[in-house]
Amino acid sequence: MIAELGHYALVLALALALVQSVVPLVGTRTRDPVLMQVASPTALVQFVFVALSFAALTACYVTSDFSILNVAENSHSQQPLIFKLTSVWGNHEGSMLLWVLILAFFGALVAAFGNNIPAALKASVLAVQSWIAVTFYLFILLTSNPFARLPNPPFEGRDLNPILQDLGLAIHPPLLYLGYVGFSISFSFAVAALIEGRIDAAWARWVRPWTLAAWMFLTLGIAMGSYWAYYELGWGGWWFWDPVENASLMPWLAGTALLHSALVMEKREALKVWTILLAILAFSLSLIGTFLVRSGVLTSVHTFATDPTRGVFILAILIAFIGGSLAIFAWRASSLKQGGLFAPVSREGALVLNNLLLTTACATVFVGTLYPLALEALTGAKISVGAPFFNMTFGPLFLPILLAMPFGPMLAWKRGDLLGVAQRLVWAYAAGAVVAAAVYAYTWGGPVIAPFAIGLSAYVIVGALVDIAERIGLMRLPLAVVARRAAGLPRASWGTAIAHLGVGLTMLGVVCEMNWGAERIGMVKPGAVLSLRGYDLTFDGTSMREGPNYRELIGHFTVRRDGNVITVMEPTKRNFAAREMGTTEAALYSRGASQLYVSLGDPSPDGAIAVRIYHKPLVLLIWIGALVMTFGGGLSLSDRRLRVGAPKPAKAKSKTALQPAE
Amino acid sequence: MTLWLLLAFMTAMAVAAILWPLARRPKPVAAGNDVAVYRDQLEEIERDRANGAIGAPEAEAARIEVSRRLLAAADATAAESAAAQPAGYRRLAGILALILVPVGASALYLQLGSPELPGQPLSDRLARVHAGVPMQGNPQGNPQGQSLEALIARVEAYLEKNPDDGRGWEVIAPVYMRSGNYEAAAKARGHALRLLGSTAEREADFGETVVAAANGVVTAEAHAAFDRAIKLDAKNVSARFYLGLAAEQDGRKADAVAAWTALLADATPEAGWTEFVRRSIARAEGRPEGEVAKSEPQRSTTADVAKALGMAPEAPAAAAPAPQAKAGEDDMIRGMVSRLADRLKQDGSDVDGWIRLVRSYVVLGDADKARAAITDARTALGKDSEKLRRLDDGVKELGLEG
Repeated sequence: MIAELGHYALVLALALALVQSVVPLVGTRTRDPVLMQVASPTALVQFVFVALSFAALTACYVTSDFSILNVAENSHSQQPLIFKLTSVWGNHEGSMLLWVLILAFFGALVAAFGNNIPAALKASVLAVQSWIAVTFYLFILLTSNPFARLPNPPFEGRDLNPILQDLGLAIHPPLLYLGYVGFSISFSFAVAALIEGRIDAAWARWVRPWTLAAWMFLTLGIAMGSYWAYYELGWGGWWFWDPVENASLMPWLAGTALLHSALVMEKREALKVWTILLAILAFSLSLIGTFLVRSGVLTSVHTFATDPTRGVFILAILIAFIGGSLAIFAWRASSLKQGGLFAPVSREGALVLNNLLLTTACATVFVGTLYPLALEALTGAKISVGAPFFNMTFGPLFLPILLAMPFGPMLAWKRGDLLGVAQRLVWAYAAGAVVAAAVYAYTWGGPVIAPFAIGLSAYVIVGALVDIAERIGLMRLPLAVVARRAAGLPRASWGTAIAHLGVGLTMLGVVCEMNWGAERIGMVKPGAVLSLRGYDLTFDGTSMREGPNYRELIGHFTVRRDGNVITVMEPTKRNFAAREMGTTEAALYSRGASQLYVSLGDPSPDGAIAVRIYHKPLVLLIWIGALVMTFGGGLSLSDRRLRVGAPKPAKAKSKTALQPAE
Repeated sequence: MTLWLLLAFMTAMAVAAILWPLARRPKPVAAGNDVAVYRDQLEEIERDRANGAIGAPEAEAARIEVSRRLLAAADATAAESAAAQPAGYRRLAGILALILVPVGASALYLQLGSPELPGQPLSDRLARVHAGVPMQGNPQGNPQGQSLEALIARVEAYLEKNPDDGRGWEVIAPVYMRSGNYEAAAKARGHALRLLGSTAEREADFGETVVAAANGVVTAEAHAAFDRAIKLDAKNVSARFYLGLAAEQDGRKADAVAAWTALLADATPEAGWTEFVRRSIARAEGRPEGEVAKSEPQRSTTADVAKALGMAPEAPAAAAPAPQAKAGEDDMIRGMVSRLADRLKQDGSDVDGWIRLVRSYVVLGDADKARAAITDARTALGKDSEKLRRLDDGVKELGLEG
């Protein structure tokens, strides 16, 4: 019964979404506030129904009700509870339900907290949000129904794909979806603005926090996915330029650009048209990201053809939303008022440069990801575009971004003083040069590009710190004043600096890992010792262990350094009976930000086992950097001025009076 | 019934979500949003100018830009407040909510949903198994993942409800036998005998289980059963063998040897049990038992259970499993064997597993693989002499070259 309730709740959500996608728009046309106010309650109740539906499916998973096809195919009664829960979205149907849950959640947030948005804009935004919802409900109900039933249920389920039975991957999709779907709000705002033919001043103030929140989730989601690939796939790689990864990177790049252009828009009302276009693009890329992974296009264009209903539906959704929104954009963009003026060298100018570079980088990833697919569809030729392509294109594009990054926040609005900023950044160059020289000297004869890249990272990190130091007057003013200014500095400024610092950290991790990682691969028998970078790993043999729904082979390694035992590492290989599949679980040992990584290969008949050992210097910085970026985003999001849709004048005034500087 | 009530309640909630705002008086349009934002922007310019984030002339220009927008926004707000509000659309929206939402939603749901199917969470199904209610599920579908205990429980539950189903007892008996529960096996054979009538086969099977339950001693009860079997079919192999065993246990070795030799004389060349009988003869004659293969092919227990389930709960009257089910069973056994082989490839220390694997290959008639498995086992066990000895013993028992 629970499953049927969930199913019906989803159908009702569709009915409500249909009403919500039409009635409020009629209201904005006829200027009827009553019709416009229909949008909020329907959005809220819609969320309640989708949540009910999701809860019903979850309940079916938890109770192992295999009369639901989806549960029988993706779950097993002996899974631990946590993986029963994550199984809910570890499959196509369930993940689409999670998608609409988040969509409805964001819609409900706008409905509940958007009291400061003009009524007409709010009605249009919710209506557009509802168009997306209607399409997705239909997609789920007609082609990917998670509530399909089995009259004769099997006694046991087929289990979740073992590779997904991992905590990292369990929370990765929800984070990624929160990011993808978060951009739907920016998209809805953009399309609503185009329909209305004007952009309210509140527009950017609303769009930016949503974009920021979506961007934070996406950053975390990508980092989590990358860390998962690192420890689960057993090869020690953290980024493969795999189409699935690129699918999440593209919206992130577009979203990062949107974040920066929305800043200009919020402050200066410039770049309106461009920001709207970016909002449309960011969500379009999110849609592509969702569907690239889901449609089967990635494995081969031919698998796409094997399931035509779903594939054609997906194609129709992509064309309708991306094509439709771009058409509206082409038609209405000219009617938008132009905003403030600025000189090329200014904060605005720097942000435009950032946008140009980020969107170009995004375009290269787009081409690299989709060109092989297009080529295969048109000519049948299979080519693969791998790391070399992206290193050749993406790398050089990021170089100017990193060079310009410390300049941007220090330039003045409207017209900046490039020379002045260049002088103030002298500590950053110095840091970069010293670090690069030191590294070059230390690794004499090694790759020349690496010390340079390290120096660049140091420059970005120190540049971010200099920005803060300049703002609070460090070294120039008495300490008491500095402290007061630091406390009074808007959180958005802290956020900017910290996020930029995070980029530098990630860059540092990437460069170190790529250039100075060491690895050893060998067949070992018990008692054998493998040495790498001063670590001696003694193989003590293997043992077997029974997990709840798997058996695992554990390799025991004692790690010594200078003869002293420092740790024991136990990489495992798991074998899941229900699916007859195995996974590798690497053992990780962290020292500072560097890691020792041990992964088991296949055992050979003579009792030896293949082992891969990596030493990854500063590899953790890659993900720490992402966390720092997210933290910076969070700080910026918590800034008082963003939290409210539009400022409440009286209160805002009294607070600004206390605020010394930005 | 509860389902329909809940569905109706949910529909009412959805309709209310549309009707409620339609019936409510509109809130006064929140005016001045833009104006407030522009005011804030003006303040921000002032702040930026104070700390040098914007130059003084540029700040002045920006202030003029914003002020111009501020004036325009104030005008627009004033103009917006007066607008005609026709009621026609509201009525339409109300009708839409009242009719389209319930009708459309139920139509779509009835098309897609299965309100007639009850939920079947695991706990319910287990409870039903224990209560002896036959499954809704297809008992033959995918027995692979089912645990032996659950399967036995299902058959037991069924038999508890239908204790007069002789065939049910007949199919579970070998399962008990394999799992070492000889007393239960003997009881099951006894029930089958009682309910289905006496035949040579059934008498002999019953006797065999009684012997097993008595730790291999041919008791008087078993003896009587074998005698009845012989009476019904003088050629019954099992009964003749056990009567020979009885003679041996009584100390009449010559009689035992005579009975078994006669048995051998009647054996067709392809009979699988001849080696076993020969070994018994050798034992009775006090000679070394020599290289002889075990008589009965070991059938997988799960396969037996699967067969049992194929008949027991769903179609007790059905005579024999369908041929395709038989083929599937073979595949299943092969699947299990290959899984065992895979597991041993990863962890070679399980000597019993190796012996089981070798035996499985012997049963499947794949001598080459059996020999290969022995070699693999030797490699995997390495220097563990104790395990190697057990392996050799096990292999010898199977009649393969050690």
